[in-house]
Amino acid sequence: MRGYPRKLIFYAAIVLLVLFTTLPVLYAVITIFKQESELYRFGANPFIYETAPTLDHLVYLFTSTPFPTFAMNSLVIGLCVVAITVILAVPAAYSLARLTGHWGEHSGMAIFLVYLIPPTLLFIPLFRIVVTLGLANSIWSLVLVLPTITIPFCTWLLLGFFRSIPRQLDEAALLDGCTRFQAFWKVVLPQALPGIGACIVFAFSLSLSNYIYAVTFISESASRNISAGVPTELIRGDVYFWPSLMAATTAVAIPLGIAYGLLFDYLVRGFQSAGAKEG
Amino acid sequence: MAILTTHALKKHYGRIIAVDGVDMETVDGELLAVLGPSGSGKTTLMRLVAGLEEPSSGKLYIDGHPIMGVPPRKRNIAMVFQSYALYPNMTVRDNILFPLRARKIASDEQKRQLEWVTEILEIADLLDRRPTRLSGGQSQRVALARAMVRTPDLFLFDEPLSSLDAQIRSQARGELRELHDRTRITTLYVTHDQTEALGLADRIMVMEKGIVHQIGTPQQLYYDPADTFVAGFIGDPPMNLLQLENAIIGVRPEHFHLASEAPGKEIALELEIEVEHLEFLGAEWLIYGVVRRGLPQQHQQPRVIGRLRQAAMPTIGTRETHHFVVTKEDACFFDSNTGSRLSEAKVAIA
Repeated sequence: MRGYPRKLIFYAAIVLLVLFTTLPVLYAVITIFKQESELYRFGANPFIYETAPTLDHLVYLFTSTPFPTFAMNSLVIGLCVVAITVILAVPAAYSLARLTGHWGEHSGMAIFLVYLIPPTLLFIPLFRIVVTLGLANSIWSLVLVLPTITIPFCTWLLLGFFRSIPRQLDEAALLDGCTRFQAFWKVVLPQALPGIGACIVFAFSLSLSNYIYAVTFISESASRNISAGVPTELIRGDVYFWPSLMAATTAVAIPLGIAYGLLFDYLVRGFQSAGAKEG
Repeated sequence: MAILTTHALKKHYGRIIAVDGVDMETVDGELLAVLGPSGSGKTTLMRLVAGLEEPSSGKLYIDGHPIMGVPPRKRNIAMVFQSYALYPNMTVRDNILFPLRARKIASDEQKRQLEWVTEILEIADLLDRRPTRLSGGQSQRVALARAMVRTPDLFLFDEPLSSLDAQIRSQARGELRELHDRTRITTLYVTHDQTEALGLADRIMVMEKGIVHQIGTPQQLYYDPADTFVAGFIGDPPMNLLQLENAIIGVRPEHFHLASEAPGKEIALELEIEVEHLEFLGAEWLIYGVVRRGLPQQHQQPRVIGRLRQAAMPTIGTRETHHFVVTKEDACFFDSNTGSRLSEAKVAIA
């Protein structure tokens, strides 16, 4: 059997990769339930409970820290950012996809370039704007500013989806008695739903993971979200509340990971079709 | 049923002219094929009629009413796209009902219309399927059903047979003609395939570079071409065009006669042709040859194609030179410069 060793190497490589990606998560999950004494003992196996597991750290996170407030803030910010992004990016991408000529062809790349400007450069001018509008220390500053990242990206992503939908479908609908908006709503939009799903997940995860805006615009604990609040509350000087930190991150990472997993095919398709048209 | 009229219709995209002053009028209830090579402006013309593009200048009328600026949904024109453009998110039934629902037709009327088209097109068993699960022929029927269901004033077909397999194409052509005979809805049928146009249409409009060269019945186009473009485009193989001293003569392949078998009619041209090779097509033979003598410019030795309407092996063989004649009755004459048709009287035979 010549194929046998090749298959063995193939599966060994897969197992290695899977371990590489899942071990940190596993480590985090195990750490949540470990007793403090075991955690700080040298020579203890990090993947085995030598003393009985405990729920203390989880209880501490949800009862004695502002984590529930952070989570609530993150949720509100995320939902608002997603709504703003979808409402603006969907019509923008559709118009650009159907716009012919020079401008239409190159708009996708132009929009994507905007996305590449790093927030580390933008946060200072944006901070001035936020202060002027009286939104400093409020979650609404993030609701206002985060769409500057999510809209260009999602427009670019959706552009590929809309371009892959044949123009003849819109035209058939127009001739069948629809207005432009009805043609978009009844015929084009249902085809782009996977793309919009991918955008929702992407915009939500971006709003969760953004750190620099969250830290600079908001200094009041009550208005902080997870990404800024967790490191400031659970790291006191050089004391790290490891199990609670791990609990806070996995609580966010696992649902998001599942959402990404479900929409993975659509995300890849969006990247492919958006990228292919630019080349 | 309706009459479509265009007047000096023009469409240009920047500096590119797609439709360059088209004047035409349909006959009520006819099937008019718009025939031309790719890039001739035929599809643009149809999109202008549909309202998917606005003309740069000129006028468009349906039954005498101007339709410039009228949005597509209010023109009551149905179009069958080359790709069929079936809505993939809906079942076949919803696809067919879509134009009726968009126009808010009463539901019992919708039902009646649906039954009518499904019966005509024999697609009752497809109604609950998705368009992605249809074959090419089935998609075409569904697209036709969607176009027919609201009894439009005007049908527009954009190469509806070109995505079908060759085997079912001629069958589909027959069905289309039959369907048109039943509905008698004025139809504009865009195609680049002359077999389709000649076999299907009441009249054909030949377009090239945005200009209409000729509108006429298939017979008129074949026997009476208006200019060298039509002469060189219609027919398979097309007309042989040969340069005379003061005109161009056009000869259909079947109009070359052996001098020994010449009909007792006035002769327009006598040529010495060397046969290069013969092609057997079943009911006929094609003879490929080079003109060795008989044309005013001796150094020009153009290739010509002749046709022999017989299945039996021809008596002439390759590498042989024979005398062929063309009667004046069969020949067409064209202006050397403009390519337009000359009346026989004006031509002095060399």
